[in-house]
Amino acid sequence: MGEVIVVTSGKGGVGKTTSTANMGTGLAAMGYKVALIDTDIGLRNLDVVLGLENRIVFDIVDVVNGNCRLRQALIKDKRFDGLHLLPAAQTKDKTAVTPDQMRDLCAELKNEFDYVIIDCPAGIEQGFRNAIAGAEKAVVVTTPEVSAVRDADRIIGLLEAAELREPKLIINRLRPKMVKQGDMMGIDDIIDILAVDLLGIIPEDEMIVITTNRGEAVVLDQHSRSGQAYRNIVRRILGEEVPIINLDESTGFFKKIKKIIGLG
Amino acid sequence: MLEFITKLFGRDNGSKNVAKERLRLVLVHDRASISPQMLESLKLDLIQVISNYMIIDEANLEVNLDSSGSTVALVANIPVKGMKRNAGDA
Repeated sequence: MGEVIVVTSGKGGVGKTTSTANMGTGLAAMGYKVALIDTDIGLRNLDVVLGLENRIVFDIVDVVNGNCRLRQALIKDKRFDGLHLLPAAQTKDKTAVTPDQMRDLCAELKNEFDYVIIDCPAGIEQGFRNAIAGAEKAVVVTTPEVSAVRDADRIIGLLEAAELREPKLIINRLRPKMVKQGDMMGIDDIIDILAVDLLGIIPEDEMIVITTNRGEAVVLDQHSRSGQAYRNIVRRILGEEVPIINLDESTGFFKKIKKIIGLG
Repeated sequence: MLEFITKLFGRDNGSKNVAKERLRLVLVHDRASISPQMLESLKLDLIQVISNYMIIDEANLEVNLDSSGSTVALVANIPVKGMKRNAGDA
């Protein structure tokens, strides 16, 4: 019996889809059977992030309406046999699926896959309610900005009201240099405010743009820090204790000076 | 000079603290789920009551929620221009 995880944020553009794609790809790379569901009906994007946009025949609305069988709508990944995508419909809207239908869909997928990861749309309306309906666990993605953390706080409240307790947080697009300069909220600042457990931090990294341009997942890139960060998240999902990467870029020289003048 | 050094090595004067403080205050309101209408009507009621006793500067009156730790406080900053002579006599 698999586990159903919803990836949500409230605010748009903070990295839900990228995180969904990377967690899914990372788990599949480790040999697990993974189904990814795009619930952003009308604004689907998980297909392009995964580089599977040319293979879509049926979508989630076709499945819930009985136009096709679930198996027919699942698209197999290019690299990993264990990774499948159930795409969102692009020409319908969020009301084309109901929370009850989502619950049934998740229950069915759980029988066959180790992990079912749901990419939630931005907002707190029906798309959000659909996405969380069949989930057992929640991951909240935020960035170190007032607006994103505020929305994350609201989402955490709504998740808890829906009995999705103890959501885990991903802080995306962290810029260690700016944190160090005192110009960006750091990990502790955000964790203190939101009072949730940290699943991982993703440093701002050009490799995310480059891999996403190609329809590939940065989690497979062995040389980038963001790839390493997503691999760590995958291991934490699997229950391993992995320390948060040290993003401190400062040289020993500056640290020493700071210590000497008492600022370190 | 000291200011320059602290700026160079980045201590408490970055925009991070501004962000944190703004976030903290906005979350106090969000979590309390108090509507701006309710705060406004509370403000009007306060003015009415206090005006029985004091002459206050209504334009610069501020009523806000704040928090420290887990407790939420209603903080009102009400500039007083003067006392009313017969306050409390009636």
